[in-house]
Amino acid sequence: LEATAARRAAPAARVSVVALSALASEADSAAATPTTISARERAGIGSGETLIDADVHAVLPGIDALVPYLPAQWREYVTLWGATYFFRPSQISYPPSAPTSRRAGVAADSTASTASALEHVRRDVLDAWGADRAIISCPYFVDMFHSPYVAEAMASAANDWLIAEWLEREPRLRGSIVVSANQPELAVREIERVGEHPAVVQVMLPVRSFRPYGNPIFHPVFTAAAARGLAVGIHYGGWPGNAPTGVGWPSYYIEEWVARGSLFQSQLMSLIAEGLFARVPDARVALVEAGWSWLPPFLWRFDKDWKGLRRETPWVDRLPSSYVAEHVRFTAQPYDGPLAERDVALLHEQIGSEDLLMFATDYPHWHYDDPADALPPGIDAGFRAKILATTAKTFYRLEAG
Amino acid sequence: LTVATTESPTRPPDATTTRTLLVDCDVHLAPATADSVPAHLPARWREHNAVFFRTYQGDFYPRRSEYGERFDSWPPSGLRPGADLDFLREQHLDAWGIDYAVITPVTHPANQANLEFSAALARAMNEWQVETWLDPEPRLRGSILVPSEYPERAAEEIDRWAADRRFSQVYLYAGTNQPVGRRHYWKIFEAAERNGIPVAMHFGTCGPNFPTGSGYPSYYLEDHAGASTMFQDQVTSLVFEGVFHQFPALDFVLVEGGFAWLAPLMWRLDAAWRKLRTEVPHVDRLPSEVIRERLWYTSQPMEEPPNPDHLAAILEQLGGDSQLMFATDYPHWDFDAPDTALPSRLTDESRRRILGGNAQRLYGLADPRAAAADA
Repeated sequence: LEATAARRAAPAARVSVVALSALASEADSAAATPTTISARERAGIGSGETLIDADVHAVLPGIDALVPYLPAQWREYVTLWGATYFFRPSQISYPPSAPTSRRAGVAADSTASTASALEHVRRDVLDAWGADRAIISCPYFVDMFHSPYVAEAMASAANDWLIAEWLEREPRLRGSIVVSANQPELAVREIERVGEHPAVVQVMLPVRSFRPYGNPIFHPVFTAAAARGLAVGIHYGGWPGNAPTGVGWPSYYIEEWVARGSLFQSQLMSLIAEGLFARVPDARVALVEAGWSWLPPFLWRFDKDWKGLRRETPWVDRLPSSYVAEHVRFTAQPYDGPLAERDVALLHEQIGSEDLLMFATDYPHWHYDDPADALPPGIDAGFRAKILATTAKTFYRLEAG
Repeated sequence: LTVATTESPTRPPDATTTRTLLVDCDVHLAPATADSVPAHLPARWREHNAVFFRTYQGDFYPRRSEYGERFDSWPPSGLRPGADLDFLREQHLDAWGIDYAVITPVTHPANQANLEFSAALARAMNEWQVETWLDPEPRLRGSILVPSEYPERAAEEIDRWAADRRFSQVYLYAGTNQPVGRRHYWKIFEAAERNGIPVAMHFGTCGPNFPTGSGYPSYYLEDHAGASTMFQDQVTSLVFEGVFHQFPALDFVLVEGGFAWLAPLMWRLDAAWRKLRTEVPHVDRLPSEVIRERLWYTSQPMEEPPNPDHLAAILEQLGGDSQLMFATDYPHWDFDAPDTALPSRLTDESRRRILGGNAQRLYGLADPRAAAADA
């Protein structure tokens, strides 16, 4: 662990970063070159350990990729009214060149086409990490479109593209679908349309929303997902139009990146306070790219306030924290916790559960330099096995394949 | 740590509370009548107040009791809680042996969209504080209310009152119209720094924003327990806008926002800075270092981990107990009593700092005990 902390403290001195980029560019120039040192090996994961990546992105190469999946009416609308408008939802949550948006060594042409994007996911995630399964999503958050019908059509196109060009071409992938979160009844219709596809395991909602997701207007979305055995993943990003913080619009992207943490807190608080888990007992919610070091103080305060105020929300009939253990999971990246060994140990002790975290590369987004840092620090072998696969396998019901 | 409920009466002070300097950094005082503050307005604004008064406020959550008060805090005089000086003395200041109490008025003038009225109201509320509270009761310390969204006038208000050392701090609500680190507010920080007075930010919405990045939550439970999310975004703004770099002598106080969340926020800020700092080249230090040095926070409402050692550990991560200042939040329902609120495992020295020493240092308060001993 000390070694891990030391590595984190001196990113510039890392040999592995250089090695990894060299590896990637080498592979770019000769796609057939077999990877000799895999990320998995660098992370010290043994050959016998099962690994599931709970957050991988299907990068949309351009709007042209979705056009064939649109009905004729919308095909014409998209092409004539300005294709760049329709590409924006896939870019806006992640400034394309920000250091967090694309990792070093991912060639610029990696997303030239859907086929090459898939090849990169195979090479950099599925093969390099030896992943049994990866949960893949296209963060094409259609809540950006104010027209509910455009939002629905674009969500459907993105889902059909994901199914046809990713899920049905690569058996190790399981998919998250996008829905028009601004229009819950249209979201339900989309879940009904594609939610029973055997490779679909999750409905994805962007963490930014015009109203908190616990609000009863969204319950049908959670009900429709649960009825099909799907999890709901609340994911970093989105563009609903309202300010991304409770105090207005920040000046910098770095602030927004940090403020997603508080926004995830507001969303989780809403799900619990509104009694979602009492009303939809099968609901399973993943907080994806949420960070998780904020969880202990958040729950301490929530539990304490609930003791004084619970008459207001009688359907919350036990400690708020108890719903988290039962219904909520977190992807392990980005790691936003402490680096010092004592503080790391304390964080795990405060969380008090080894069953909340799921391994994720967040490929191609970038939060760690060394593959060894893809896993949180301070975990023993048993905890690691849970993070690597057990928790996600149960949560996404992947046992059956 | 226990949540004090309105059903449990305040207890008489014992040796542990009288032995040490006791400063209550969050006491909510209210106008006695609807005319108490307007009486200090010029005629033009008094009329405006009578005819057109309205606020932006959207946080309409019933607050567990009328005004969110302790049921036992209604004065026998019939005035509303926090409006009767004699009862404040009897029930709070004398009963607990409080040496100083920092006033945090129950409304904020920045909730006015009409900026000139906002400025006039701030002036009236500051005059009201002096006349009603600071003049008759030497244990009280004021908060300079400012029209936060009209920084030029806010700066004038700071210049006008700061020389009166009975005012302890400049006072903002957490719900500013923009993230508080933005240039818009720098005149306020400049004036505060110039006058050597801290800027405090108290839980509360007064602007036009939704209280979360995802709209209005449904319940007071969320508004109250989720208050720290607003503070997190404000601290993030202060750090990445470079406010502490720009104003090296500025102290910033977080009031009634909790503080345990500050430790993970610190790490999250550090993680973001390591990765994205090219966007904010003016931030040339780890955010955690800046936070440990420059932020102060009041104790109530304290996060309450099942294992009390975890709270002590968080304090240690925040750099020790040097920035935490005791507050009761009198007369509100979630009042923290001086004898029971702090974790039992604190050392005596730590307890002394939190109960009074830190506030004494920040606000430059004289210890009346020492003065009495000298005399």
